[in-house]
Amino acid sequence: MVTRTFDAPARLVFEAWVRPELFRRWWVPRSLGMTLRSCDLDVRTGGEYRLVFGDDPAHAMAFFGKYLEVVPNERIVWTNEEGGEVGSITTVTFEERDGKTLLVLTERYPTKQALDEAGTGAQDAMHETFAQLDGLLVELAAA
Amino acid sequence: MVHYQARLDATFSALSDVTRRGVLEHLGAAEASITDLADKFGMTLTGMKKHVGVLEQAGLVTTEKVGRVRTCRIGSCRLEEELAWISRYRQVWDARFDALDGVIAELKQQEKARGRKK
Repeated sequence: MVTRTFDAPARLVFEAWVRPELFRRWWVPRSLGMTLRSCDLDVRTGGEYRLVFGDDPAHAMAFFGKYLEVVPNERIVWTNEEGGEVGSITTVTFEERDGKTLLVLTERYPTKQALDEAGTGAQDAMHETFAQLDGLLVELAAA
Repeated sequence: MVHYQARLDATFSALSDVTRRGVLEHLGAAEASITDLADKFGMTLTGMKKHVGVLEQAGLVTTEKVGRVRTCRIGSCRLEEELAWISRYRQVWDARFDALDGVIAELKQQEKARGRKK
């Protein structure tokens, strides 16, 4: 789990996630030393995204998946399918308080069945086979 | 890579339980038998055996049976890879969120400017 508070209302934080020209600027900051060749985002429930990295087209690496749930200014849930088979599911939520926004991002590894069900709109079908990194990351980082 | 991922999964699953983390901490200081651990954590022998089994599978603990006593020790997997993975993951997100901060500040400025023009 990763959290961060931003000094702006949730709608602006959300905007930075859904507009590709803004998203690419921060998702791939210079310090990561990666080149983003293309960035297609269709941020709505059922939409898809595709990011292609690499200096050389012959060795480009694609990250792609679909948005399982998008609630404007509140949450975005997407699949990470580049690994083949069952990928992880990332959820990001935006919670506004007094003009500031708390962003919480979690990653889960669901079962294949849960993924199939989620694909048909059952949002509560997140059964985890693997433990989440939630809390653990925090504890280990603090250790 | 898949193999590496599977190992990370096993480690993180093993570490996802508060009792198992306690057991690791305890064994970090001194070896102990399953009975000792069960007593210390107020669990049944069967319950503790299961926990130790999970830790053993992940390579975090090794056990050795001498007579009727099974002694547990910290395993050879020293978590370096896991910690390296976690810190990389954190670094990536820190870098992203720093950049996102800048993008959001810009949006805020633009909005303010538009508001003044009205």
